[in-house]
Amino acid sequence: MIQIENLHKTFGAVRAVDGVSFVARDGEITGLLGPNGAGKTTTLRMLYTLMRPDAGRVLVDGIDSGVDPIAVRKRLGVLPDARGLYKRLTARENIDYFAHLQGVPAAEGARRREALIEVLEMGDFADRHAEGFSQGQRVKTAIARALIHDPKNVLLDEPTNGLDVMATRRMRQFMRDLRAEGRCVLFSSHIMQEVAQLCDRIVVIAKGRVVADESPEALREHTGESNLEEAFVKIIGSGEGLAA
Amino acid sequence: MNASLVVFLKEVRENLRDKRTLINALVTGPLIGPLMFVMIVNVMISRQLNQAEAPLELPIIGASNAPNLVAALRQQGFDPQPPVADPIAAVRNRDAAAVLQIPAGFGASWDKGDPAQVEVYYDSSRRDTQPSVSRLKDMLERYSRLTGGMRLVARGLSPALAGPVIVDERDQSTPRSRAGALFSILPYFFVLTVFIGGMYLAIDLTAGERERQSLEPLFVNPVAPWRILLGKIGAICVFSVSSLLICATAFTVAGRFIPTEKLGMDLGLGPVFALKVLVLMLPLVLLIAALQTLVAAFSKSYREAQTYLGLLMLVPVLPTVLLSVMPVKTVAWMYAVPLLAQQVGITELLVGGSVTAAQVALCLLCGFAVAALTLAVTARVYGSERLAISA
Repeated sequence: MIQIENLHKTFGAVRAVDGVSFVARDGEITGLLGPNGAGKTTTLRMLYTLMRPDAGRVLVDGIDSGVDPIAVRKRLGVLPDARGLYKRLTARENIDYFAHLQGVPAAEGARRREALIEVLEMGDFADRHAEGFSQGQRVKTAIARALIHDPKNVLLDEPTNGLDVMATRRMRQFMRDLRAEGRCVLFSSHIMQEVAQLCDRIVVIAKGRVVADESPEALREHTGESNLEEAFVKIIGSGEGLAA
Repeated sequence: MNASLVVFLKEVRENLRDKRTLINALVTGPLIGPLMFVMIVNVMISRQLNQAEAPLELPIIGASNAPNLVAALRQQGFDPQPPVADPIAAVRNRDAAAVLQIPAGFGASWDKGDPAQVEVYYDSSRRDTQPSVSRLKDMLERYSRLTGGMRLVARGLSPALAGPVIVDERDQSTPRSRAGALFSILPYFFVLTVFIGGMYLAIDLTAGERERQSLEPLFVNPVAPWRILLGKIGAICVFSVSSLLICATAFTVAGRFIPTEKLGMDLGLGPVFALKVLVLMLPLVLLIAALQTLVAAFSKSYREAQTYLGLLMLVPVLPTVLLSVMPVKTVAWMYAVPLLAQQVGITELLVGGSVTAAQVALCLLCGFAVAALTLAVTARVYGSERLAISA
């Protein structure tokens, strides 16, 4: 479970995140929705301890990230916005590198790696050097290495970004599988359909603040709009930066 | 497994697959120094030998005005060339190193017993012609002295009257020390090798990794940044030490191809020398790796890092240039300054002097202390949140 309490982050004069609070529960998919530049990636970066918040705190399974960032990272599987692979290593070697860094025992790591390669349908490129991978192959490898240590909490920053239709469908199914395994899944997106289809809970961020934190149904009721897209536009105040 | 070791092994393995890094670390970096060195030294030596032994071929104008003088010059190894129309133009256009002109009035002055004048045209700003010019002047001087002596004898006087002071030169240089003066640039090649050997790796492992957006995922792992840094520094050091080993070996081999004995010089290039150089260079390996990583961490891109490191490469030239322009006595504190310590230490080894254990200890102690400090600063930068953010 991930609890975020009153996070603030300022870059110079820009208030990127200005008092964000929400909770992502185990066995649920929580969607972080907002237009480009709303503060989604910054919020996630503070969550996975790459950035230190100016104020507020993050609890992952009850552990304060400001107190023990290493323990927090052990409990997180993260697909960051940046998903570069090592081009001169094969997909398997890329995954193994992270397994070793996470301190996963060798046998356990190999078993998980092969399971992920199968689930993510990576078999035909797992032993190729990452140089020249397609966007989909890159994302799959990045997800496999992020989940190699079997984390209870999964953070995905725009996981379907750049994927084709088939790959996007598979990615969504994969997220549902993660939920079915009882994990806490938090992902960010600016694509409304995706959020509407997948999420148990939607956290809408605009201009660094949480403007809604509800189930999709509640969101529709709350705004009085039957169409989710209209609901978003109403909440955010403009349709700018959102994709259908 | 220790996280630093994981990072180290991965970086070494990955970069062994990279041709550019390999060529730089194992071929260009270590071999460019010895190769340039052998070439430069061979050219220098053969030129000096030629100039000292070959006949001095210079144009002479008005040779018929002083046949005895010309004959005396011939005996000293002068080979008169056909006259040129304009001696000034010939020297300026570099057609001749110098031109000797004997005026028409030479014979008349000579017969009267007046000083007879000859003219030597040359350009003192052309360093390459200096040996020729001074040889010509020496020949003329010797002829003048000889003739003057004979004139004194003819008048019943001792030639010693004309030379009240005699200088007896006692050169205290040894074959080794003469070689050392010539080869003072050599320590720089060792530093350069370490620099080039690790440079691509240093750029790639920080600036490159950030540019390829893999630094952020790496830092999400539950590993303290300084542990990641240690692994990366270790990988850089392995490559630069390999460079250094190859370079030292190449110099040992190159020593056999340098005809120093022809110049009466002796170079101390051998396995023992190579080994001592390695020891002296060790702190510099770590220092340069940390410094390169620090620069790469501050750079926004691969290209920027390349530019900065190219400039940084000029810094190690400073002690070499300083010491060759202003040769100073080696004093104890010099062994406490990284770069300078290697310069004076390696030069000392080269000229056959000895470097004491205390001097080596001082060099290693101070070198590693500065390296550790640089490493600490780099670790701080590695821990800052801005480092990993790609965009």
